[in-house]
Amino acid sequence: MNSTFEERMRESVNRPRIYFDHAATTLPRPEVIDTVATLLKESYGNPSSFYQEGHRAAELLEDARARIAACLDVHPEEIFFTSCGTESDNWAIKGTADAHRRRGRHIITTTIEHHAVLHSMETLEREGFDVTYLDVDHRGILEPEKVREALRDDTILVSVMMANNEIGTIQPIKEIGAICREAGVLFHSDGVQALGAIPVYPNELNADMISFSGHKLYAPKGIGLLYKRKGVRIDRLIDGGAQEKRQRGGTENVTYAVALAKALEMSLADMEKESKRQTALRDRLIHGVIERIPHTKLNGHATERLPNNANFSFEFIEGESILLFLDKFGYACSSGSACTSASLDPSHVLLAIGLPAEIAHGSLRVTLGIDSTDEQINHFLIDLPLIVERLRDMSPLYSDYKRGVLPSLIPEEGSLDLEIAGGYGWSS
Amino acid sequence: MQYSDKVLDHFMNPRNMGEIEDATTSGTVGNPVCGDIMKMDLKIVDNIIVDAKFKTFGCGSAIATSSMATEMIIGLTTDEALDVTNKAVAEALDGLPPVKMHCSVLAEQAVKKALESYYIREGLMTPERTKKFAILGQCEHEENYEHCGCSDE
Repeated sequence: MNSTFEERMRESVNRPRIYFDHAATTLPRPEVIDTVATLLKESYGNPSSFYQEGHRAAELLEDARARIAACLDVHPEEIFFTSCGTESDNWAIKGTADAHRRRGRHIITTTIEHHAVLHSMETLEREGFDVTYLDVDHRGILEPEKVREALRDDTILVSVMMANNEIGTIQPIKEIGAICREAGVLFHSDGVQALGAIPVYPNELNADMISFSGHKLYAPKGIGLLYKRKGVRIDRLIDGGAQEKRQRGGTENVTYAVALAKALEMSLADMEKESKRQTALRDRLIHGVIERIPHTKLNGHATERLPNNANFSFEFIEGESILLFLDKFGYACSSGSACTSASLDPSHVLLAIGLPAEIAHGSLRVTLGIDSTDEQINHFLIDLPLIVERLRDMSPLYSDYKRGVLPSLIPEEGSLDLEIAGGYGWSS
Repeated sequence: MQYSDKVLDHFMNPRNMGEIEDATTSGTVGNPVCGDIMKMDLKIVDNIIVDAKFKTFGCGSAIATSSMATEMIIGLTTDEALDVTNKAVAEALDGLPPVKMHCSVLAEQAVKKALESYYIREGLMTPERTKKFAILGQCEHEENYEHCGCSDE
């Protein structure tokens, strides 16, 4: 006989917790933690200092830079250390705007960017810049030709993310980069979710700037990167000393720079194998969830998506309550529901791919990592259907649907690629 | 953001969840577009609420406040139930995070929506009682405008 909701909830206490939120952050690899512990103790010098401790720190920093550059197949002078992906995005966008505002005040981006990009754009709009937000299709893909059509004589920057943090959609960056290069417009990409998961070679992608973050690839929080192609001129964001070739002030975080180099090398060494393994886990998860839970849709593209990302909408229920039960059952996941944010609006990404708000509220993001296993997926495929059923039993929308007075927006058999035309008819 | 143990308890083990087949009155408030909708069924005998059941689409605090509200009003006269405020519901749950206060407004509204149609149908609505239904006129988010994030976008 199948276990009941209560039995599964009780049993979960005896099981190690299952971390399914690798897009939020990752546990640093043991080797990375060792590197950090060693360097904090043994190499605390300031790279700018004129004595042996300083020289040693400067050597370590430049070695880390060279190793990272080798991983990306670029020159070490093109790698800049920052504090996080958000800083890199802010710097690339605001730095470009400041340096090129005499040439033009038009910037192009998409509606599904990370808030680090969108809120930087909003700041620039308040300063008089004109920003075009390009729409993506219902699977989250930006058609490259839309970029060409949006280009103007006064366009100074195009910024399109490599892979989306919520729905995992991978953009045709190479094609978009080629259009920008042909037009002589700078092209920035937020590569935070992509690095370590899919191949990222800035030269092949025709990118001028790419932002990266350490803690998404098993390095600590507090370190990020900006790749900036040689010859690309942008203004400083952080004023201070002469660090990072006078382009980013602040004492360098040598320890974390080395940790990031180590984590990146390890991720790339594993990438082919891990990508295959996680893609297989992901697809088993996606098909298993849609098979077992009626009225469920996959959000994002079925194949053009990060190997570790699955994002679902479950009709008639709300995402935060799914997360609360999952947490109780031992899982860490995330949702695009408004209730998990500080605002009352559901995720801008889910709205941008055309989900009605009532469907976007019922979303769940599961992101896998190097520590995810088949057994964890097995557990999840038992527990999630029980949780969704429990919440549907509580939902007045579900009883209305059962009574035949409310239509269903997602068919019972579910869908991997569904475009929803409208909501239930309530207005906001 | 962290919920109190009481909120989690009422979310995980909701009291009076379901529907009353022969309900005297019921009220539905909220909007799925905003992410929460609450339906409250009441059984009233001799002006006393002898049973209350809810169904809620919404977050943890929406479900917990529905559950708590039913517990608080069962056994009360309809007039006494009108005095159960959203703040009282929130306090009974050992508080709610500020961004979640609007969920307690929804619970108060659901009870009042059901009682309003009861009073009107039974010809019991008086000017005195009408005043108690003012909360139904507002968006459940308004009262906590600065907290709930309505003003963000």
